[in-house]
Amino acid sequence: MAVLNEEQSMLKDAAKSWVQEKSPVTAFRKMRDSGVELGYDAAAWNEMAEMGWAGVIIPEEYGGSNFGYLSLGLILEELGRTLTASPLLASGLAASSALILGGSDAQKSEWLPKLAEGSAVGTLAVDEGPHHNPEKVEATVSGGKLTGKKTFVLEGMAANVFVVSAKEGGEIGLYLVKADGPGVTRQRLSLADSRGAANVTFEGAPAEKLEGGSALLEKVLDRARAGLSAEMLGAATQAFETTLDYLKTRVQFGQVIGSFQALQHRAAKMFTDLELARSAVEAALAAIDNDTPDVPELVSLAKAKMGDTFHLVSNEMVQMHGGIGMTDAHDAGFYLKRARAAEAAFGNQSYHRDRYAKIHGY
Amino acid sequence: MADFGGQDLEGFRAEARSWIEANFPAGLKGQPNPMMREERTKPSADQEAWRKAMGEKGWGVPTWPKQYGGGGLSGAEARVIQQELNRAGAYNPIGGMGVMMFGPTLLEYGNEAQKQQHIPSIVKGEIQWCQGFSEPGAGSDLASLQTRCEDKGDHYLVNGQKIWTSGAQYADWCFCLVRTDTSKKHEGISFVLFDMKTPGVEVRPIKLISGNSPFCETFLTDVRVEKDQLVGPLNGGWTIAKRLLQHERSGLSGAGGGGRMGMGRGPVQLAKEYVGLDETGRIADRDLRTRIIQNEMEGRAFQQTAIRAMLESKGNSGPSAATSIMKNAGTRVMQERAELALEIMGYQGLGWEGDAFSADELTAVRGWLGGKAVTIYGGSQEVQNNIISKRILGLPDLTQAS
Repeated sequence: MAVLNEEQSMLKDAAKSWVQEKSPVTAFRKMRDSGVELGYDAAAWNEMAEMGWAGVIIPEEYGGSNFGYLSLGLILEELGRTLTASPLLASGLAASSALILGGSDAQKSEWLPKLAEGSAVGTLAVDEGPHHNPEKVEATVSGGKLTGKKTFVLEGMAANVFVVSAKEGGEIGLYLVKADGPGVTRQRLSLADSRGAANVTFEGAPAEKLEGGSALLEKVLDRARAGLSAEMLGAATQAFETTLDYLKTRVQFGQVIGSFQALQHRAAKMFTDLELARSAVEAALAAIDNDTPDVPELVSLAKAKMGDTFHLVSNEMVQMHGGIGMTDAHDAGFYLKRARAAEAAFGNQSYHRDRYAKIHGY
Repeated sequence: MADFGGQDLEGFRAEARSWIEANFPAGLKGQPNPMMREERTKPSADQEAWRKAMGEKGWGVPTWPKQYGGGGLSGAEARVIQQELNRAGAYNPIGGMGVMMFGPTLLEYGNEAQKQQHIPSIVKGEIQWCQGFSEPGAGSDLASLQTRCEDKGDHYLVNGQKIWTSGAQYADWCFCLVRTDTSKKHEGISFVLFDMKTPGVEVRPIKLISGNSPFCETFLTDVRVEKDQLVGPLNGGWTIAKRLLQHERSGLSGAGGGGRMGMGRGPVQLAKEYVGLDETGRIADRDLRTRIIQNEMEGRAFQQTAIRAMLESKGNSGPSAATSIMKNAGTRVMQERAELALEIMGYQGLGWEGDAFSADELTAVRGWLGGKAVTIYGGSQEVQNNIISKRILGLPDLTQAS
């Protein structure tokens, strides 16, 4: 666990107690069963916003608290534990980052206060195919109008503003597009992990450029990847702890199954992987806060390591629970489904291993 | 192959071909086997006709003895029938747990009256069986089962709860493990049969993470079981159960007859479509490519092992402890393939329902989730490893697992 300052400790404690009291996994189950199109509980999101979570990285002059990315990561980790669905990652982290790093004063003034108070939702619209591939951009901007198709846009049904990657004169850049403006249509995706997402089509939609070009895109993506890794860390940690608890209570052959060395060693491996993944995730978030030049490699390390770990732990959660883990009534399936969606978002392990090698020149 | 036995196989092939041509309804050609579906629908007239024809002929279970309606054929002749069915685009309409597990076990351990009563209806595909083995407290430790069976003089009375009863909502009869002696563990278990319509049998489907319900909870309250439906000796059920489980593993590994291996487009084809090739013709994502190759090779080695085991098996000794190896190897390859398919499809491999995803994509997701069960049911991968350690490698047994 990272060494936390006083603000961070308070934030973490507050997040932990809110999540345990107000947003246990049963709340996620209820949301899923309701089939709500947004993919999250709007009332719960309002509560989070009232506690200031949507504005953790947003400067105080725009209504945020400017506590930084490690702080936001602590909240995302706690939310991840119970699979709490909310636009915090897409809006309070990704879209907010784009505006903070690339927005003009006017753009910041227009959007950041609303994002900070949770009254508006923003999100990134970057990918155009079945895989994360931010360098491949066919969407174009001409005369302030954006045209193109974006896939797997997180919280795409809830978003009030999209931060869209597109090419103008051959250069990749990020653009703000209002969701309720002309030329925007969205198709809801019903996903295995029951979270909110959409495919979005832009046809001559009015678009405002953010400053920073493709470098801005990479910076924003790295922040989103680190934040998602923090959420995955929480989910994987909880999946492991739930499984560990089962190993200590389920009796077969006259003893708790956790007394079998074959299972003990698998549990020990998971714990070791989780500790390593935690170090990688916290280092990536801290590097973003310190604005060090190694952010890209640390983020790719974190997302790849976290993806592998969540993959393993979610599979073992089902396997070690046996038949009960296969039932919809048990939570194991939720973690398994969330793991694969989170692995794929913003680059899977394969993508980030390759990126890590490229950064290091091999 | 050793069991060709100098028979006129080509003559038999001609006979099989013409019989299939004469009896297999043309409308069913290339259709999937309705037995492979988890949800049951009312069979069409063609499906019914084909089941009856194969059932009368006994070719659905070609190697079973003729006196109970089976084909009475050799292993070589049975393979000819399978080849000719494949050639005609026909499926074998006779299947289910009766064929895969219960029938072979009853032929080995049942008395004459039991075989006369139960085998012909399995051969004809008229009666579907389900397996009352696992209980909430008896999963991997199956022998700790608690469902009580009391001797009431002219009949038995059974009380308890079974779980993971595959297809119980569609089954006609149940083969069931019950406790007839509470003072012993393995030696206090008996193997009984009862009609699922018997009063006191209640079935509740269990919804799985894949969204469907292939398994049930089965509650047994004062269920009357006739005395002539005890298979083998009283308190001698565990031996029979172990034999039956070997047949089950053999079927689940895909070694028994193809199983689920090779269903749908494989990862190589999918990767070409969803990931694409680089300028040298390799799958563009090198990391993914390596893992696809590993899975392809593992699958190939598994198939080679299945063929080798078949060639090496002498006579009709049936499946052995080696089925544990095959189950673990086969299910590992299958699950890894499902994981790869999902990864290859990327965002399109995350769909639950709806128009944004193709039928193949949605099937891949549900199949991936449903497939997580194969390393749990039929003896978990951990139990199979125990069997390999103890019965093949001769290592000490700390669990009494069998």
